[in-house]
Amino acid sequence: MKIKRKDILGIEDLAKDEIELILSTAESFKEVSEREIKKVPTLRGRTIINLFYEASTRTRTSFEIAAKRMSADAVNISVSSSSVVKGETLRDTAKNLEAMNPDCIVIRHFSSGAPHILSKLVKCPVINAGDGTHEHPSQALLDMLTVKEKFGRIEGLKVAIIGDILHSRVARSNIYGFTKLGAEVRVAGLPTMMPYGIENMGCRVFYNMEDAIKDADVIMMLRIQLERQNAGLFPTVREYSRLFGLDAKKLERAKKDVVILHPGPVNRGIEISSDVADGKYSLILDQVKNGVAVRMALFYLLLGGSRE
Amino acid sequence: MTKKNVLDEKGVERALIRIAHEIIEKNKGIEDIVMLGIPTRGVYLAKRIKEILKNAEGIELPIGSVDATLYRDDIGMKEKQPVLKETDIPVSIDNKKIIIVDDVLFTGRTIRAAMNVIMDFGRPANIQLAVMIDRGHRELPIRPDYIGKNVPTSMQEAVKVHLKEIDGVDEVIVEHE
Repeated sequence: MKIKRKDILGIEDLAKDEIELILSTAESFKEVSEREIKKVPTLRGRTIINLFYEASTRTRTSFEIAAKRMSADAVNISVSSSSVVKGETLRDTAKNLEAMNPDCIVIRHFSSGAPHILSKLVKCPVINAGDGTHEHPSQALLDMLTVKEKFGRIEGLKVAIIGDILHSRVARSNIYGFTKLGAEVRVAGLPTMMPYGIENMGCRVFYNMEDAIKDADVIMMLRIQLERQNAGLFPTVREYSRLFGLDAKKLERAKKDVVILHPGPVNRGIEISSDVADGKYSLILDQVKNGVAVRMALFYLLLGGSRE
Repeated sequence: MTKKNVLDEKGVERALIRIAHEIIEKNKGIEDIVMLGIPTRGVYLAKRIKEILKNAEGIELPIGSVDATLYRDDIGMKEKQPVLKETDIPVSIDNKKIIIVDDVLFTGRTIRAAMNVIMDFGRPANIQLAVMIDRGHRELPIRPDYIGKNVPTSMQEAVKVHLKEIDGVDEVIVEHE
């Protein structure tokens, strides 16, 4: 089994056995991060460019650490300090980066589909680190790894994703991923937060949070994007928090061995209360830990073998 | 394809017993030894040698596994990526005598990579090498300290070590295409 594709642009394109290969490879990489010398020489001499058009600490740092632990040279470009502020187009940026002969480009962009455009412009592998409201594949992979570690399987689990599904690339990637691996995915949020035709993605829709989490094995809380508060999705933050925020009281209705995920950054007291975010059901920091392993696995699988 | 059996169950057992006793003799006892198997079959061989040593010397040696995949020199040259296996070094290896255990010694490149892994975990007093089969064709200056059996081979042949734990039978066979 091997990854036959050049790029990782979304979970939608990945077959079930490709996802499973990435997850099992990531499991092996976790041990590297626990060594005293957290570095293996696998990608020595390779150059990985992190091209970030949007703010990010977790994802960018995670990709950078993953590259460095594989001995690759990681170069970070954030838009605020690049030629993009001078008006350079994505196409020109891509061509210029390509001229420096990188071995992989990781891109986060505010426009859905930007990584796909980039992948057609450059010869090296492209990894989507989040594009607009489309997909965030590495996040979904680390979520699946975290759940698989906890339960030993994904098939048959009930996964409830709560929040602004419409604008969430994390939700979209996770719906594709968990459904492909045989979990039942539920989504819950205000009607204004539900994309048209979401049922066709194979998930059940709830407009009441209690029903969605009642017998769920996994509760995934999405970050409420406060910058969208003026978009008319919900009347007030307080009302949203009362209806769809996860607190100790709502958690009483959930299963006793439920686990809670959140992709970060957490708005404490809005979509999740502090006691729950830091509580015993929370796997938020395991997600971050697994993020490095998943990204190492992606680099290994994309750069480690040669594609004729 | 022709198959030739070079060691049967009894032969495998005798070879392991001899290797165990050579380890005791060469190291004048087995204090400070850590055995690290190369997955998959090297780990099982290490476990068996450990049992023989326990019966002979009354000491239970720490054993672990070293996967050298990430340290290989052919990453990116092969068509497909090798599958990662477990690296588990359970104790500090500083000033310990390390014995790497593998089933077949061929080019020596895996052993080179395994030594680099070990060096990243600490500074052992020395590193020794035990293999069930030495089939020749070395590409690096690497020489085993303990050998189950020398089997001269041609490049067209494949040497397979089968062990009960995974293959259901103890034997060594040489296959010719």
